[in-house]
Amino acid sequence: MGEFKVHRVRFFDYMPSAIRALAWCRHTQRVAVGRADGSVEIFNFSDNYFQEKVIPGRDGRTVEALCWAGPRLFSAGLDGEITEYDLENLRPRYSLEAYGGPVWTISCNSQETLLSAGFEDGTVKLFEILEGKVQFQRNLDRQKGRIVSLSWHPSGSQMAAGMMDMIRVFDAQTGHATHRLLVERGAGASKSQEVVVWSVVFLSNGTIISGDSAGKVQVWDSFTGTLLRTHLVTKWDVLVLSVSPDESSVIAGTSEGTVIQFQFVSSTVEQQEQQWVRTRTFKNHSHDVRALVHTDTAVVSGGVDTQLVVRPLLDKVEKNTQESALRKIIFPHRNLVSCAKKAGLLLFQFPDHLEVWRLGDSDGKGKAGDSLPLKRKPEKMIQLNRKGQDHICCSALSPCGGWLAYSTVSAVRLYRLQLNTNNISINKVSKLPKELQSVHQLCFSCDSSKLFASSSLSSVVVVGLSQLECKHLETLKHKSGSRQPVHLLCPSEDGKWLVTSNTDREVHVFNLHKMKLHCSVPVYGSCPTAVSVHPSGSSLVCVHADQQILEFSLKQKEYTEWSRTLQRLGLHPLWLQRDTPITTVTYDPRNPAHLALHDAFMFCIIDQTLPLPEAKTNLYNQQVLRSLPQDQRSRVSHAFKICKNFQNLLGVDLLEDHSLVVVERPLQDILTRLPAPVRCKKFAT
Amino acid sequence: MVEHGDVRVVYRGGGKLNFRDPVISNDSRFLLCASGDCVKVFSTVTEECVHELRGHTDLVTGVLLRPSNHLQLYSCSTDGTIRLWDFTDGILIKTYVVGYPIFSIHASRSHDGVVFAVIPMQSEKKHEAFQLVAVPLPQRADQLVEVGGLSAVLSGVDSNPAALAFGRAGEYLASVRRLQMEVYFFKQQKSYRFFLKEDNKKGGRNTFTCITCHPKDDCVATGHQDGKIRLWRNLNQKKEYTYTTLHWHHSAVSSVRFTPEGTNLLSGGVESVLVQWRYGQESQRDFLPRLGAAITHIAVSPDGALFCTSHSDNKITVIQSRVKVSAVIQGLVQGENVRTGLMVDPRSRALVLNGKPGHLQFYSLQRDKLLFNLDIVQQEYIYQSGLQQFEVVRAAFDASGSWLATVEERKQEAADLELNLKLWRFHDQTQSFVLDTTVSAPHEAQITAVCFDPAAAADGRTTTLVSSSRDGHFKAWQLAESGEGPSWSCEFVGAYHGLVPGCCCFSADGSLLAVGFQEVVTVWSAASWELLTTLSQPPGGIRDLCFGRLSCSKYLLGTNDNKILCCWNLLSCSLEWSTSMDVSLLLADPLSDNMAAFSVQDRSTDLFVFRPSEPRPLFSHKAVCSGTVTHAVFTPREVMLESCEESSQWLNRSQLFFLTQFMDLLTFSTRAEEEKLMAANKQLLVDDTVAMTPFYLLLGKHRRPEAAASGPLFDRAAPLPHSSAAVKELLQTPAHVLPSTSFLCSAFVKSLLVSVTDTREDKRSQEEMESEKEEEDSDQETETGILRPDQELMGAQESGGPDPTLTRAQVRALRRVRRLDHSWLAGLLD
Repeated sequence: MGEFKVHRVRFFDYMPSAIRALAWCRHTQRVAVGRADGSVEIFNFSDNYFQEKVIPGRDGRTVEALCWAGPRLFSAGLDGEITEYDLENLRPRYSLEAYGGPVWTISCNSQETLLSAGFEDGTVKLFEILEGKVQFQRNLDRQKGRIVSLSWHPSGSQMAAGMMDMIRVFDAQTGHATHRLLVERGAGASKSQEVVVWSVVFLSNGTIISGDSAGKVQVWDSFTGTLLRTHLVTKWDVLVLSVSPDESSVIAGTSEGTVIQFQFVSSTVEQQEQQWVRTRTFKNHSHDVRALVHTDTAVVSGGVDTQLVVRPLLDKVEKNTQESALRKIIFPHRNLVSCAKKAGLLLFQFPDHLEVWRLGDSDGKGKAGDSLPLKRKPEKMIQLNRKGQDHICCSALSPCGGWLAYSTVSAVRLYRLQLNTNNISINKVSKLPKELQSVHQLCFSCDSSKLFASSSLSSVVVVGLSQLECKHLETLKHKSGSRQPVHLLCPSEDGKWLVTSNTDREVHVFNLHKMKLHCSVPVYGSCPTAVSVHPSGSSLVCVHADQQILEFSLKQKEYTEWSRTLQRLGLHPLWLQRDTPITTVTYDPRNPAHLALHDAFMFCIIDQTLPLPEAKTNLYNQQVLRSLPQDQRSRVSHAFKICKNFQNLLGVDLLEDHSLVVVERPLQDILTRLPAPVRCKKFAT
Repeated sequence: MVEHGDVRVVYRGGGKLNFRDPVISNDSRFLLCASGDCVKVFSTVTEECVHELRGHTDLVTGVLLRPSNHLQLYSCSTDGTIRLWDFTDGILIKTYVVGYPIFSIHASRSHDGVVFAVIPMQSEKKHEAFQLVAVPLPQRADQLVEVGGLSAVLSGVDSNPAALAFGRAGEYLASVRRLQMEVYFFKQQKSYRFFLKEDNKKGGRNTFTCITCHPKDDCVATGHQDGKIRLWRNLNQKKEYTYTTLHWHHSAVSSVRFTPEGTNLLSGGVESVLVQWRYGQESQRDFLPRLGAAITHIAVSPDGALFCTSHSDNKITVIQSRVKVSAVIQGLVQGENVRTGLMVDPRSRALVLNGKPGHLQFYSLQRDKLLFNLDIVQQEYIYQSGLQQFEVVRAAFDASGSWLATVEERKQEAADLELNLKLWRFHDQTQSFVLDTTVSAPHEAQITAVCFDPAAAADGRTTTLVSSSRDGHFKAWQLAESGEGPSWSCEFVGAYHGLVPGCCCFSADGSLLAVGFQEVVTVWSAASWELLTTLSQPPGGIRDLCFGRLSCSKYLLGTNDNKILCCWNLLSCSLEWSTSMDVSLLLADPLSDNMAAFSVQDRSTDLFVFRPSEPRPLFSHKAVCSGTVTHAVFTPREVMLESCEESSQWLNRSQLFFLTQFMDLLTFSTRAEEEKLMAANKQLLVDDTVAMTPFYLLLGKHRRPEAAASGPLFDRAAPLPHSSAAVKELLQTPAHVLPSTSFLCSAFVKSLLVSVTDTREDKRSQEEMESEKEEEDSDQETETGILRPDQELMGAQESGGPDPTLTRAQVRALRRVRRLDHSWLAGLLD
């Protein structure tokens, strides 16, 4: 595997934002995650929970509620606007000022024709969902007090609204309130405080389930307006409820970080009469659970502790499969770190600024595992705050360290950097070609002479860079007709090839000399998470969300022999069981038979010359190998050389001088920056 | 137990009450629980034992109300029989012979004529495998019925009855074993199995400990090793079953029960707190804390008004209306370790041993009841695993029972040993022991033995206590009468060549003290504290020393590590005889010259009773019990037995009680004794409207003829004693209008006198009746057919033989009164 000098970087203060809302689209098996900074992420649950798309946020916008209407995604926030997102261009399509004050909740009826929104001023407004827009239809009876939660009856004829101290049931046709369900306040000191009905769920059999700030989950009958059952689940708030598609199970998220499941079970075996019974408790969060989704097979929860947790329900999935494992998604499935390989610079991308760091240096020598004395400490060279209100969606640093580019939803900015030892200058390139708009991904060519920017309709804009000017060279297009955004761009070392990949799972190879499409890799069933081109330009490797590794020869335009062997033998089960995607893959420029790749929990080098591991062999065999004498090593060694010394990785890069940059972000550091959780009594403390 | 000629080993008194869960009768008036090889019927109101249902010949492993008749009771035993009893009258109705040892019994209302029993698997050689079989009970009139046609229902069940439960109306049954739960539906004849993982990441141990089923819903509650309770639902689904977890207990849940309506779930464990969960609102709990000891079983009365909890200290608590402890039935407290050994309190003749932590318990063998606990350590006991507490390790009574010496110690890791010697004086006013003197750190190391001079009071010497310790010394403590009152002081410190003293023993007359120093026996004069002689043959570390009594008082017996029992003659200071025998315990009968030796052979214990002067043992019993016997005691009988058979003569004056490894209190009983008891049980007919209280026995004497007048036992009606009218008047008049008791007393006593003269008139019939009553007294001791007035008892008034003027009836009456400890009446009866 070889030895590396490792720059172990822990000064990237990456801080994910708290999850505010989740929405589940059953047809496409996708979950939309709304975060406190206004960004929205789309996870594809049918493709190994891969984070397909990220729509950057904007200052002043919060996502209080998310709602799918077919393939369309709507959000609402306390800024009083209802927003529909353009999922092809990863930007808000339009925002509609609703004139009712802050919006607490939106909900779409099951026919997907009407969108209802609950406002601070006590109104419930109905909007008609039309082609390309939503249009205000009418107001329902105005209530006193804010509307905190809304739920449509599946038939679309009624609606339940959670308010302060009460639940209202509306008739959607007439717009009149038909029932007023009073919710009891909490006991003791909280008696004087209004109880907030944080969440309501209207079931098709006329049952309403509510969760409130007094810690109760209550079951109501909407025909008579009576309380059927009260479950006191916590001392704190029940913040969110979610019902399973077959309405046999309801989950409730609390401020204690627990998710409590209620099931509709019959009390005796023969009897049909069923009741809601509290069953399981899941505790996967340290802080408030703010958003929940009950899919057919799993409980998806998110909250203030920023992680998205997918907890499969073991009675619904096969045991001991990929599906039955608990998943915690903490880090984004894309690179926020770009590395200038020649200059030894790191660019960290934050939503509102960029940081350029120079790596430290050492001339010490030591054994494997030693930490070397530093000759020069790493230092922060530049902090570049973005302009405007939109958050940064992508950024790039050229390999020579002379160019820096970033993009927001509205604009692309390019800077010329000069980082000498005592002279740091940064100059904005003022005249940019007008084709550089609505960019999803930015990338510099290896000789830093070109800037590639992916644009709408999966096209790539090529901009030539020189000291004097930068001009638009070409727009690379392909003919597959896919409208999905490009999420991966990879130029080849020799400057001949550019590989793009979009979320339609297509991988296209462009010839930069001829400025046209060279070939397309056959579409594989899972989305590519990382691509790389062989230094000689002979082949490309592509790692997918389902952990498969495919190598494609650019000359023969077919999969290589190694890739076929790998497919035939199959990957090691432990390799397939890893639950974070590979976010970077590169060929080692010195020894192109070595592939370096990493996910959040390991760094791996695949030696294509060595035999592949069989299912029975020990995949993580580096410890064993080290203890064996030299002559025996070759017998037990296999192609996958995995290093788990570094955890919680945000980026790994090979520098020009053959040293390794490892960017770690310990979870403990994220945890300490979270607000204090609610106090819970723990036994024996 | 092995039948051995005339003498048999029996469970007698001190039986475990917490072995299986108690059963409350339908009217909540009786509590039925298995205790040793009998079933005890307690009154839930007065805590008294009303009946003992005897008949099983081995451990009773389950009791169960007959579903079709709530006045009848099934009991099962490892002797392979199921017996049906009428528990209100204490009559054995039927015996069903199953033929296999039965470990628990279950029944449900929907399975008429069938009970379910847990028996060992035949095919498997392992002892741990059990199966549940359905036992059809034939409807025949005979007393003894052979049962055939057992059909297996479930295999691989647990022998513990708490691990099996019948569901709603007997539709299904649920059984747990280790990490597996199996639910069997009778109608579909289908079973579903549910598995749990051994432990999860958070360190929970998921092993099932107990199970119960909701009476109305299809919901099963299980208790687990880590203190969790799970409520399982959707049990007829292979995958879509679901459960709710309730967690309050911090260690294993030992019992869970639903109330009959299913509105509450009760659970208990080592915390000794009864927890009530609202069914459906499990976040609301009620607690009944401070129940004294870990809960082992919970029982609920059929009307739900009464709860019963069994505790690990052999106690049953009756809880009324969910919040109030209304009665406590306390058996012999059986701790893990009886470090004090067994003793007999000379005053109350109670058995004294370690009880609750830091206490000595006084247990009346006659009444089979715990008299009281004496708090020795006088410190709060805190249950916490790994916490070292003060323990009572030695105790001794002096001959008259007026002094009690106790030694307590606490050994903490990385700390010095803490020792206290406490001397307790019997206080006549409070009738209990009060702390007189505390000697802190009496020795520098553990105390190995303490003993009082047995004859000090009789000879007019001062009371002397000897304690020997591992620090190489033995100390003599003497009671000195000074101006301020009696005080204890150390009189003498003895040592012998720096050797460690092990055991010490006074001779019967108190003149000699023998102390075993490792391999050397030293004999000291108790008067002058000089070393008289040493005995060191044959070689071997001395384990036990014992002086002979009465005619054999010239002998000193000892056992040593080389498995030799030797007998020295103190006159010649030489070895009289020795025999090779691994004696674990040697003790002398204080009332005769007999000695008993328990010896271990092939992991079972043999008993030899012998006279030191005679080469042949008087009695030997092979395989008394399995394991070693480490504690035994001779208790004097209140009534001497009149046995002529040679093998049982040694039991005439005293009884031998011993504790097995498993803390079972066993004794020897003769056949004559047993026949008497059996006969008594058959005739036992108690008017159950009146509980057995001492007052009832006084009063019952007069009521009896009334009730028995029409009985077939009596050929002519006994005249109604007119005294009963006076008594009745006394009882029925409201207390506030009664004259003072001193005024009433003479009238009351007079009424009793009349009754005695009445009995003299119809002596014949009265005699029969009396003997009957005698037996219903539920005392264990037996009356022989022809009674010789007891010397010991009469000795209080007249020494040397019976009074010729007393008639038999009067003697009986006297004894009755005396036994009840109403000695003030004895004088009046003359």
